Amino acid sequence: MSADQVAFLVLAPISVGAGIAMLLQRNAVHAALLLVVNLVTVGIFYLMLAAPFLFAVQIIVYAGAIMVLFLFVIMLLGVDRAEPLEEPIRFQRTAAVLLGVGILAELVTAVRAGVGFRALGPAAFAETGADTAALARALFRSYVLPFEATSVLLIVAAVAAMVLARRRPAPATAEPEGVVDAEEAAPEEVGA
Amino acid sequence: MSVPIGWFLAVSAALFATGTVGVLVRRNALVMFMSVELQLNGVNLALVAFSRLHGDLTGQVLTFFSLVVAAAEVVVGLAIIVAVFRRARTANVDELSELRW
Repeated sequence: MSADQVAFLVLAPISVGAGIAMLLQRNAVHAALLLVVNLVTVGIFYLMLAAPFLFAVQIIVYAGAIMVLFLFVIMLLGVDRAEPLEEPIRFQRTAAVLLGVGILAELVTAVRAGVGFRALGPAAFAETGADTAALARALFRSYVLPFEATSVLLIVAAVAAMVLARRRPAPATAEPEGVVDAEEAAPEEVGA
Repeated sequence: MSVPIGWFLAVSAALFATGTVGVLVRRNALVMFMSVELQLNGVNLALVAFSRLHGDLTGQVLTFFSLVVAAAEVVVGLAIIVAVFRRARTANVDELSELRW
């Protein structure tokens, strides 16, 4: 058993375990921190799959920026209260877990039939794929138009977030129902 | 690199299934959103694994775009959750059953 396999066998249970623990965690902040663990392990999997650039992007963008956003919103809203345990639809949880097990079984069967658990991939790719310049060539030659489109997408998303999260210039902010009344009374101010 | 690609695909399937169960079971909108991120991560891992299996960089490019779109999606989604929370004072999706206030 090689070092790679040992690393994988250590990281895979951590990755899946952090995901499952995230679901069982009733505190939203703890759930977010477990998701960070999961994102970092997936990033290390990228490294093992000869994708070092995606490893860096995963750590910086996902485990860094996106999770900070999540934690900010959790703490800003104070929604880290435990949620009620009773089910609005009977047997919803049981059905959901059964569905999840079914999806897992189906996907693993498909992997077993299509790829198998022995295929290794070309050995030469470990050198060329680890070359970030090759990824840059693919990105800036074949996929230059989608790449430019993502910049538009990011600007649109940033503007949309500012518009959505903006505090309306409503005069009454004392009680929640007062806020709703003020906004319903003056909808033209919102567009201005 | 001696780890079989199928192992990575199995982990990605497990992550996707976990995320699916999370979206269906949890009722805090933020935790549901995090479960969607878990699903996205499972799919990204599968894309990178297939890229390695076929020795083709297209999967990595697709994962890169998926990461960018996920970042934009998180920004807009969290802004929507914040806006909804300001009005309804809750992030529990069971209590958010009305389409307008």
